[in-house]
Amino acid sequence: MTQLSYRAAFSLIVKRDLMIAFRHRDDIVNPLLFFIIVVSLFPLGVGPESTTLSRIAPGIIWVAALLSTLLSLDRLFKSDHADGSLEQMLLSPHPVFILVIAKIFAHWLLTGLPLILIAPLLAVLLHLHESSYGALMLTLLLGTPVLSLLGAIGVALTVGIKKGGVLLSLLVLPLYIPVLIFATSAIDTAAMNLPYNGQLAIIAAIFFGSLTLAPFAVSAALKVSTN
Amino acid sequence: MMWKWLHPYANPETSYHFAGKILPWCSRLAFIFLSIGIVWALLFAPADYQQGDTFRIFYLHVPAAMLSMGIYLGMAIAALSSLVWQLKLADASAAAMAPIGATFTFIALVTGAAWGKPMWGTWWIWDARLTSELILLFLYLGVIALHNAFEDKSLAGKAAGILALVGVINLPVIKYSVEWWNTLHQGATVSKIGQPSMTADMFWPFLICFIGFSLLVTALICVRFRTEILNRNSMRPWVRELVMQEENTHAV
Repeated sequence: MTQLSYRAAFSLIVKRDLMIAFRHRDDIVNPLLFFIIVVSLFPLGVGPESTTLSRIAPGIIWVAALLSTLLSLDRLFKSDHADGSLEQMLLSPHPVFILVIAKIFAHWLLTGLPLILIAPLLAVLLHLHESSYGALMLTLLLGTPVLSLLGAIGVALTVGIKKGGVLLSLLVLPLYIPVLIFATSAIDTAAMNLPYNGQLAIIAAIFFGSLTLAPFAVSAALKVSTN
Repeated sequence: MMWKWLHPYANPETSYHFAGKILPWCSRLAFIFLSIGIVWALLFAPADYQQGDTFRIFYLHVPAAMLSMGIYLGMAIAALSSLVWQLKLADASAAAMAPIGATFTFIALVTGAAWGKPMWGTWWIWDARLTSELILLFLYLGVIALHNAFEDKSLAGKAAGILALVGVINLPVIKYSVEWWNTLHQGATVSKIGQPSMTADMFWPFLICFIGFSLLVTALICVRFRTEILNRNSMRPWVRELVMQEENTHAV
């Protein structure tokens, strides 16, 4: 048997995860529907005045994004853990780092990307300030991968527990706070026509920091969970 | 050479008895320090020229807040040494620290609210320090919840340790982001009360209170550490012997 290169192993896992997801399309669509419904609840709750809505729109969109990512996180390792393929992957000669990064990348493609694509539409519904659209897209583009990366740590820790769902949110949501703060403040700053490079740079720093460190935490956690 | 001194304590039995030996000392000293410190702080220390007697809650609030962060750091160090050197007892000590840390965080929040009401006119403001303390409480509760969720306690210790380490890396990021968020969102609200540069007769009772609370925390950690050890080793012969002895002394 020939040894797969790292890149081949990476793309193999990504392709496999995407194929599994496309066979269960509900898994992709449901978190997205959740995102849309949560966002549309807020105008009903706080009233339809466009000034109020445009003031709180960045927060609503980002909080809804956090919650829908949280709902979709289960898919990351749960079914692989249930049917034993996760253990086989951990036993493979490739570094766990590659496996983890590939699975997180696939997860982001399936949840983060659709979320980014639908976000401008919801921003229109919430009367987001016109000059904020660029900031909204950029922060989502840099921020949603962080959500997948940090969330993966939580899933890896709870995958062996039977009722891990609520526990997962308890573990992961506090870790999401910095991204939420900087993303919404970037969008608010953009609404005032001020430069928001500073916030973007910090989100980018958080992204690269978690890209390099989170996979180690995830692989340590997976080793504990599969035991 | 440090290992030579430390390695007997890798044995649960030795550590159990060591913790039992320092426990009475810590609790006695804590009692002495706290009774001196609190009486001095509440009755004899001078009142603040601006805040009057309400400022005296400072002697409870600040030690609790400092210890809440210190215990998290201690927990993370224990978790790191358990992951790196595979020390099982480090797991047990991290598990022993988490609920105590959470309690002190809660005390800091409640006393802070009680102090804020007369000073700022409100129980709660989304001030940077308050918010980061609240998030610290969430992190503690996450660690405790994860530890409780596992049946197997050695797995629970490892998982909670990983979470504590992730949390300790995140804490500075959270702290600075919250500080920045506050200054961005609320330019002119209740300005933080400038900490009066303390005079000596305010500082000494504070120091004594702080040492007293630290000793109290050490004593509490010893109690919980011993319980954790017994829980994890309940099938070992030395634990059974210990239980037999206890029963005998009670019977007599």
